[in-house]
Amino acid sequence: MTEQKHYINAETTVKSWLLTVDHKRIAILYLLSVVGFFILGGTAAILFRLDLMTPQGDLLAHETYNKMFTMHGVMMVFFFLVPVVPAVLGNFLVPIMIGARDVAFPRLNLASWYIFITGGLFALAALVLGGVDTGWTFYTPYSSTYANSNVILTGLGVFVAGFASILTGVNFIVTIHKMRAPGMTWFRLPLFIWAQYATSIIMVLGTPVIAITLLLLVLERAFHIGIFDPALGGDPVLFQHLFWFYSHPAVYIMILPGFGIISELIACFSRKNVFGYSFVAFSSLAIAIIGFFVWGHHMFITSQSIYAGLIFSILSFIIAVPTAVKIFNWTATLYKGSVEFRTPMIYALGFIGLFLVGGLTGLFLSSMGLDVHLHDTYFVVAHFHYVMVGGMVMAFLGGLHFWWPKMFGRTYNQGCAVFTAIVIFIGFNLTFFPQFIVGYLGMPRRYHVYPEEFQIFHILSTGGASVLGFGYLLMFCYLPYSLIKGKKATANPWPATGLEWEQTTSPPPTLNFIHDPVVTEEAYAYAKKNEEFYRQAIPAESKDV
Amino acid sequence: MPDAASTFATQVDIYYYFLIAVTLFFTFAISAALIFLASKYRRRSQLDRPQEVHGNNMLEITWTIIPLILSLVMFFWGAHLYFIYAKSPSDAMEILVTGKQWMWKIQHPNGNREINELHVPLGQPIKLTMTSEDVIHSFFIPAFRIKTDVVPGRYTATWFTPTKTGKYHLFCAEYCGTKHSEMTGSVYVVHPADYETWLSGGGKKESPIDTGKRLFTELGCVTCHHPNSGARGPDLTDIFQHKQLLQNGKEILVDENYLRESILNPQKQIVLGYQPIMPTFKGIVSETQLMQMIAYIKAISQKPEIKDQESDISNLKIEDNQKLPLPLGEDKR
Repeated sequence: MTEQKHYINAETTVKSWLLTVDHKRIAILYLLSVVGFFILGGTAAILFRLDLMTPQGDLLAHETYNKMFTMHGVMMVFFFLVPVVPAVLGNFLVPIMIGARDVAFPRLNLASWYIFITGGLFALAALVLGGVDTGWTFYTPYSSTYANSNVILTGLGVFVAGFASILTGVNFIVTIHKMRAPGMTWFRLPLFIWAQYATSIIMVLGTPVIAITLLLLVLERAFHIGIFDPALGGDPVLFQHLFWFYSHPAVYIMILPGFGIISELIACFSRKNVFGYSFVAFSSLAIAIIGFFVWGHHMFITSQSIYAGLIFSILSFIIAVPTAVKIFNWTATLYKGSVEFRTPMIYALGFIGLFLVGGLTGLFLSSMGLDVHLHDTYFVVAHFHYVMVGGMVMAFLGGLHFWWPKMFGRTYNQGCAVFTAIVIFIGFNLTFFPQFIVGYLGMPRRYHVYPEEFQIFHILSTGGASVLGFGYLLMFCYLPYSLIKGKKATANPWPATGLEWEQTTSPPPTLNFIHDPVVTEEAYAYAKKNEEFYRQAIPAESKDV
Repeated sequence: MPDAASTFATQVDIYYYFLIAVTLFFTFAISAALIFLASKYRRRSQLDRPQEVHGNNMLEITWTIIPLILSLVMFFWGAHLYFIYAKSPSDAMEILVTGKQWMWKIQHPNGNREINELHVPLGQPIKLTMTSEDVIHSFFIPAFRIKTDVVPGRYTATWFTPTKTGKYHLFCAEYCGTKHSEMTGSVYVVHPADYETWLSGGGKKESPIDTGKRLFTELGCVTCHHPNSGARGPDLTDIFQHKQLLQNGKEILVDENYLRESILNPQKQIVLGYQPIMPTFKGIVSETQLMQMIAYIKAISQKPEIKDQESDISNLKIEDNQKLPLPLGEDKR
């Protein structure tokens, strides 16, 4: 029997990968790149976490420490979190889930990867040439006038990478509008698609602002054109307005696609249609829209007008409501379901718990009176790591384990995967929970040396980070191993609804489907499936999934 | 819990406990619901096929409205606290703070200066007027639960009333470069009598208002800004916190930032009825001197007794204005 042809073995030359216009191959290129940036950002974190074990910071010099946390932030935010779900899982899944053969603009899709890599190389060059020490927020006038590091290169790197984001966003919006299969109405779309759609809107509208802001910063730094530095007649707070006008919505770029993944996982592993589908779908759009009007909550103590502050504060509270609605609906989805604890579901439940803490602690920071104390302390650090790592990274890992058999046609070791998920959950909490406490005690962020009474919390945090790092390392072992030794995956091993599972093979052929699909039912129609559908499941007790 | 050593700290802590309670409630309620549902409805057989459950609009509305109301309660309470934080009491004692990489320079009303230390008397409301000589810093005293950015090119203010004697941390909370984590210091809350003793220590000193008054003469400001009719510049007595009509038709409230702007960029906002003839003092006065001059202008507006007794502009000798000591670099470190 000849081996079945699919997108991976269709062509095998390096050139065929580098010049591919297949959205699935581009997703794999993105996966390899973002994992590379994740390793860089993670290494920086390991270094400064070890350094923070002692109050004097014995391991690194001041400047090195500052460069490490900057690199961690720049790599993780702009080169990992922003692209990780849209450009990897989104790229792979959006066309298949809506029944299209590819995205609307396949060449633009490939171009976006090259642009992303170019941006990444700029940032890497800045690192090799000595690093940058402004923090990922690049606040002026420190970044524009006072810093002696590679601000321009890094700024250009983020500027360039932004175009990759815009192209991906445009591509998804057009694809979702124009390329849905016959019968795939808006309200039959999987919620992952709704989330990608909302994310794309933010990418297209928000990214140009950060791009132009960083360009202005570069202009001021290179040519002394006074924009932000008061010594040149500029306004330093203007930078913060422009920066957060993108960077707060960017938080939703980083978390909305995660919400989409969680909806898929919860539905599949409780065999239920998502409770309140349209509320979950529209809450994504509500978050995308309101998210553009909350940026000022980063500036309550930055001489912003009180009345502007009031508006930003109340909107920040209001945006918590659609988020809460999602959590309630996911929880309700389990009701009268058939719940199974496979690896992706463990990540999904872990996500809900951690994101809940991340979201609720966000309320502490939206509140004007309390933010005065908490702003720029470890409380903020803990909060956004609960959202970004506890939320987005958990969601991504859940999604990766869910679609892994589909993407690569191989199954991984279930025992290893469950164990790793638990290790990551414990390590994460041990790393970041103590930071809430030390933050309220007053420990400012970005401190290399600190008062001795805070040491115990840093030791706990570093201990937790070691456990977390160990969890990630395990994953770097068993997932690649599965590609070589893993059993072949069936078309629908969980089993799950959706075109990517029901209408194509694992992995899919180059044009995604043998026959173009026609959609006749709602998403998550688990109750309508017959016994044959459920017989496809790999039993829970099997070694591999 | 960290030390709570100001009136504001106690108020913030109560609010904090409330938010913690809400957080714990929702975290445990949702987690318990997840665990309960996941175990009650766990998969019994590979062929389980649960019934479809459609959404429930009443339920959706309920769990939209309840978080919304709760959010609004949190918002109003938090905003109320912020209003307390933002408005300093009128009897507050003003201390001047200048941030620079990487130290805090502080001057008390009687002229006492300190670096990276701040002595304050117990029970006395203190207002800090702050600016930066270089990048953005942030003045943070965790025990008082206050923090305010210190921004170059403008003044920001914050205030507190210490309620417990002791030594507390002072941090710079906004990343400001290499030694950001060493831009720290200590706040000493002492009994008022001890504060007086501390004030009387040290050598010869001049209060910021007196320095400002001296600069006002030395720099020649007094030549044009005097209350006689026909003066070339507006009279500066009684202008602080009053509205001024500008040449461009706008009305402006005279505050620290307006005075600062008028000294550094005098052409920008001309008062109605005057010519744009004032030269800039940018590069001539240091940040600290600017604050002192403004302290003087405030003094002759706010406290009539100072004006009457010693600082009346009309008593200043106009002859002194010829010598312009350039540049005045006494505060450069």
